[in-house]
Amino acid sequence: MQFLRTIFMIDFLRGFWLGLKYLVRPKPTLNYPFEKGALSPRFRGEHALRRYANGEERCIACKLCEAICPAQAITIEAEPRDDGSRRTTRYDIDMTKCIYCGFCQEACPVDAIVEGPNFEFATESREELFYDKDKLLANGDRWEREIAKNLELDAPYR
Amino acid sequence: MTKLIVDGKEIDVPADYTLLQACEAAGAEIPRFCYHERLSIAGNCRMCLVELKGSPKPVASCAWGVRDCRPGPNNEPPVVNTKSPLVKKAREGVMEFLLINHPLDCPICDQGGECDLQDQAMAYGHAKFNRYEENKRAVTDKNMGPLVNTIMTRCIHCTRCVRFAAEVAGVDEIGATGRGEDMEITTYLEHAVSSEMSGNVIDLCPVGALTSKPYKFNARPWELTKTESVDVMDAVGSAIRVDSRGAEVMRFLPRVNEEVNEEWISDKTRFVWDGLRRQRLDKPYVRKNGKLQPASWAEAFAAIADRVRATRPERMAALVGDLVSAEPIKALKDLMLALGVANLDCRQDGAKLGHGPRQGYLFNTTIAGIEHADALLLIGTNPRWEAPLVNARIRKAWLRNDLKIMRIGPRFDLTYQVQDLDNNPADLADIATGKHRAFEVLKNAKHPMLILGAGALARPDGAAILDAAAQIARNTGMIGPSGEGGWNGFNVLHTAAARVGALDLGFLPQKGGKDTIAILDAAARGDIDFVYLLGADEIDTKKLGQAFVVYQGSHGDAGAHRADVILPGSTYTEQNGTYVNIEGRVQQARRATFPPGDAREDWTILRALSDVLGKKLPYDDMGTLRLAMLKDAPHFAETDRAPAHPGVDVGIWTSIGAAGTIAKTPFEYPVKDFYLTNPIARASHVMAECSSLFVKPRLSAAAE
Repeated sequence: MQFLRTIFMIDFLRGFWLGLKYLVRPKPTLNYPFEKGALSPRFRGEHALRRYANGEERCIACKLCEAICPAQAITIEAEPRDDGSRRTTRYDIDMTKCIYCGFCQEACPVDAIVEGPNFEFATESREELFYDKDKLLANGDRWEREIAKNLELDAPYR
Repeated sequence: MTKLIVDGKEIDVPADYTLLQACEAAGAEIPRFCYHERLSIAGNCRMCLVELKGSPKPVASCAWGVRDCRPGPNNEPPVVNTKSPLVKKAREGVMEFLLINHPLDCPICDQGGECDLQDQAMAYGHAKFNRYEENKRAVTDKNMGPLVNTIMTRCIHCTRCVRFAAEVAGVDEIGATGRGEDMEITTYLEHAVSSEMSGNVIDLCPVGALTSKPYKFNARPWELTKTESVDVMDAVGSAIRVDSRGAEVMRFLPRVNEEVNEEWISDKTRFVWDGLRRQRLDKPYVRKNGKLQPASWAEAFAAIADRVRATRPERMAALVGDLVSAEPIKALKDLMLALGVANLDCRQDGAKLGHGPRQGYLFNTTIAGIEHADALLLIGTNPRWEAPLVNARIRKAWLRNDLKIMRIGPRFDLTYQVQDLDNNPADLADIATGKHRAFEVLKNAKHPMLILGAGALARPDGAAILDAAAQIARNTGMIGPSGEGGWNGFNVLHTAAARVGALDLGFLPQKGGKDTIAILDAAARGDIDFVYLLGADEIDTKKLGQAFVVYQGSHGDAGAHRADVILPGSTYTEQNGTYVNIEGRVQQARRATFPPGDAREDWTILRALSDVLGKKLPYDDMGTLRLAMLKDAPHFAETDRAPAHPGVDVGIWTSIGAAGTIAKTPFEYPVKDFYLTNPIARASHVMAECSSLFVKPRLSAAAE
């Protein structure tokens, strides 16, 4: 058998044929950053803290995300706000520790902390990756439409 | 004893057990909300249902005595089932009913993570269904004062708080109104609960209806580091658990110690933690040109050393404060003796006790022993404010075995009935000799006891009062045989956690030395030039005159304001330390957090100072220091155990105190404001709020 393959150069021709086939196919390479691939609604990218439609922040400082975080990347401090509601005074995520497992958004009872579709948040320094509450809320404001859409698309499977 | 078969296992339990206790003895787990070991049985939550063979319905095990169980037809033991499908279904039904109106706000509830309802809903609830679409019941929140936060919608009507207030705290100020769905727990006329023990309802509440107000939303139970320690807010030495997160103490919770605090703690113990963060001394200070300036440790020590070298030992003195643990007391004593100083004292209030046998300043009956007493004489003491947990025990004894209580002292509501004798200390001599009617009451009692307040001894005639009290103890048969079955009814109630430990270590005027009052008088006259205050803040600092004052302590209070050199020390949660409670029980406080800034553990400061002064103390670690303490007081070797009714030798009771005439000046109580008795409490905002709410109105009412 091996002998026949060698004589007729079967393997050689096969490989050659494969190369020819891909030569005429359309190219899958994306011209990033001008083109981007499709993302699943469940894609776990950069974190964001969401708000309700009336502008009130969703997070209620229950600290479940902090408790479940396997990388211990989340730090929360809380106290009663002036109106008596339970709110965070500090909500930090160390993005260098984060392993993007998505447990925080699974744990969140009010869909406040989510991993949004943004994956382009590379920085030039480490310090910029220590997110605080303002940064996370700003992320939420910026990505709210995409996040809401993704949550809606994923809702039937939950 | 009664025989029972629980889950197929035969057990033999005392006939006065309830079915719930019997099931627990058999190792079965019974869920419950309303049942609590230390409160009366209510039987209203129905969570503890078990199947009792022969009974048509499941029975509430907490309210069913084992002696009420009927035996089988052939006299077989009654059969109880705790795991049958019937029981499971019954519990699921009860749980479903409880959850109909319980809000789903666990994420914002402070009880979340340590909630009985949460845990039991997971273990005994129905897996996943909800057939009730109606709106949940909403209840307005009630005002329970600055300590207890109420979210009454969460209440499941177990009435534990009501029973606690009525039975243990002795204030009928929490109650329930309405029936069925309209039932609401409320305080009397929306007033704050005026009890020193009100914080315990927070622990009792099985849900998040009553939570701690100062701790509101601050932390979650799972992120706290738990350290088992003892309390120093009073001399009782309650067992506490210090919950800390990072560098901060977040809360205090009681630990169970049947012999001391059962499972209660006073509000001062529980809520003083915000005082641990405020007014802290975190670096050494030296007074320059009349102003305290931050300095380094070396500069502070050099300033002290200059002064000590220039001063003769007779013109030096050292005082120990109320919250200091035994180790620094020992270190200070050794340092002062090495310097030749005889003017030492630990009795900031000037109480005339401490010389002579140890029984002369202990609470010999022991706190648990109060429960056996049948007659009690209170002498110049207000246990409700000086030691709320002793007061709770007295109340327990009063409720259970008809304890007769007499008092010589100002009137004060102690939450139980007291027969007031004249507030005339001179009567003590008459009681001792049998000329007073109180003598007969004590004499005829089987287990008589007296409690002598430390405040009663802080008078010029204190030694005579101590002597008279010892005579009463001797003459009315308070001194029985020693040992476990014995009795010793002579008790001194101290107000300071450090006091007994310091007395044990002999931090008292040495030969030819002056006591606190004499030291202060001498300093005011200019006869004393150097005073070392180890956490001593309860003295009249104006009397220190021109003396050079070194203050070592944790908080910027009276002592630190007057000081010329401040050495920042640690609080009881920041260092390991030994405390001896009123009973003579040696207990360990443990470090939960580290002291702030440059502050150090107290004994290490004294050790370092001794080196600078050229009198190097011979211990380099806690172990050797504790060994040195054992030489002074061997009983420090045995921790967590009170001496069992010591001092039966009648002879020693003649040598306590000193004979003399007792003045007719009425007694006054040493604790004027329960919430502000020490530097930590005075730094606490919560304590200040309590004081203005509960104590100020009382004081102004008294003034009118």
